[in-house]
Amino acid sequence: MSTDELPEHPDRLWNSPEPKSSYDVVIVGGGGHGLATAYYLAKNHGITDIAVLEKGWLAGGNMARNTTIIRSNYLWDESAGIYEHSLKLWEGLEEDLGYPILFSQRGVLNLAHSMQDVRESVRRVNANRLNGVDAEWLGPEEVKEVCPIVNVSPDVRYPVLGATYQPRAGIAKHDYVAWGFARAAAAMGVDLIEHCEVTGIDVVDGRVRAVQTTGGRIAAGKVALCAAGHSSVVGRMAGVELPVQSHPLQALVSELLEPVHPTVVMSNAVHVYVSQAHKGELVMGAGIDAYTSYRQRGAFHIIEQQMAAALELFPVFARAHVLRTWGGVVDVSPDASPVVGLTPVDELYVNCGWGTGGFKATPGVGWCYAHTIAHGEPHPLNAAFSLERFTTGALVDEHGAAAVAH
Amino acid sequence: MLLIPCPWCGPRDEAEFHYGGQAHVAYPDDPAALSDTEWARYLFFRDNPKGPFAERWNHTAACRRWFNVVRDTATNEIHAVYRTGETRPVSA
Repeated sequence: MSTDELPEHPDRLWNSPEPKSSYDVVIVGGGGHGLATAYYLAKNHGITDIAVLEKGWLAGGNMARNTTIIRSNYLWDESAGIYEHSLKLWEGLEEDLGYPILFSQRGVLNLAHSMQDVRESVRRVNANRLNGVDAEWLGPEEVKEVCPIVNVSPDVRYPVLGATYQPRAGIAKHDYVAWGFARAAAAMGVDLIEHCEVTGIDVVDGRVRAVQTTGGRIAAGKVALCAAGHSSVVGRMAGVELPVQSHPLQALVSELLEPVHPTVVMSNAVHVYVSQAHKGELVMGAGIDAYTSYRQRGAFHIIEQQMAAALELFPVFARAHVLRTWGGVVDVSPDASPVVGLTPVDELYVNCGWGTGGFKATPGVGWCYAHTIAHGEPHPLNAAFSLERFTTGALVDEHGAAAVAH
Repeated sequence: MLLIPCPWCGPRDEAEFHYGGQAHVAYPDDPAALSDTEWARYLFFRDNPKGPFAERWNHTAACRRWFNVVRDTATNEIHAVYRTGETRPVSA
C-alpha cells in the first residue's frame, strides 16, 4: 500500500471533557487496553458512565511504541484461548469500529535454529491445531517461499532449520487502532481525559471509593487499572502489590524502503523480530533490557545484538539505515503471562503483566476485562490469569511462546 | 547504557555485567513454616519502585563477583555501590 492510499482523518475524533466528580467506572490508563475496555464496557454491557484517565496523551505510552505484531500461536490452552479470541476480534474490528485500522493478515514465521527449537516449535504447532489455531510447520525451503529475503543457508552460525507459520497473524496500524477505539467509546458517552495523572487511590473498609488526580478527586463505583509499565506504581496506591517488574523494551525502524518483506519474521534464538510497515519502514524489536527501569530508553548493546541477528537472517538489510529507536516500559510477570482480574480490594480490578505482548491482545483483553468489571467476576477466558495463581501455583508458563526473552 | 562502578574493578560498561534483580531478598529461615501466601511472596513478588532501588549485579566479564547497587529506576542514576554483606547506605 502506498502512502496516498492512507485515509484522511477528521479534525477531532473525540471530545476532551472536564472530568466529572464521579463515575460508575474509572479506568486508569488511556492506552489501547484502557480504551478497548471502555469500548466493550459501553458496547457489551451498557455501562457508559466511564472516565478513562491518561497522565499523558491518549495512547502515547506503549501503544505508540510497540512493533504491532498480532498472532495467537501460544502454547498453553489458557493463552491460546484469550489470544485467539483477540485475533477473531481483530478480524472484524475495522467493521465493528467503523474506522480503518489497516489490519494486514500477512502471516508470522517463528524461526527455529536448533533441534531443541524444532521440537518445541512442532509441539507448539500441534498444540495450536488442537486449540483451533491455524499453524503449520515449514522447512527451510518453505520459509524461503513465504519470505524470500530470509537467509536459509546452512553455513551461518545459527542456520534456519524451519519455522512455525501462522497465516492469520499479521500487523495493524497501532495509532489507528487506538483512535478507532477512542472515537467509538467517546461516541457512546465515555469521557476520555488526557493529562490527568492518578496520584492516589482511596480505599475505605476494603472497597475502592475514588481516585485522587492532578485534576482533583474523582469518586468511582469501580476502578480498573490499565497502566502497563506503571501498574506497580498505581497498584501500590491502593495497597495492592503486583508480581511484575518494569523493564525497557526497545524497537527501531529503518528508513522507508520498497516492499521487500511480505510477512512477519520472529526469531527467539538469535533474537530479532521484523515486519515492514505499511508505509515502508522495517520495524524491528528484540528482548527487554535486563534491568528494571521506568526510563523509555534502553542500552545500545541490545540494539547492536538485534541488528547483528537481523543482518545474519536478512543480508539484504546491510544497506538500510536506522531512522529512529525508542523504548517502552513493559511490565513483566514471573510466568510471562498477564494478570487480569480481581484484586484484594473490592471493586478494584487489575490488568497488567502483558510484558512484551500486550498489543495483540488489545481487543481480546478489552472484551474480557470489561466482562470482569461489569460482573465482578472473571470472564472464562481470563479466569486463569488471576492474581491468585501465584499463590495456588497454577501458573501459565508461557515463556517458550512469548517469543521475546523476559 | 549504564556505567557501573564495580567495587573491585572500577567503572565499566553495562555490557560487562549480569543483572541479578532485587538485593537483600533473604532465603526463608524456616521454609517448612511458610504459608502458601508467604511462599508466593518470596518466590514471585519483588519491589518495583519508580525511584531508588537496591539491586544485585555480577561483573561477569571481569572479576565475576556479585555486589549491590542503589539505582534510581526513574532516572537510571546510580546513588551507591557496596559489597555483598554490607548494609545498604542510609543516604540512598
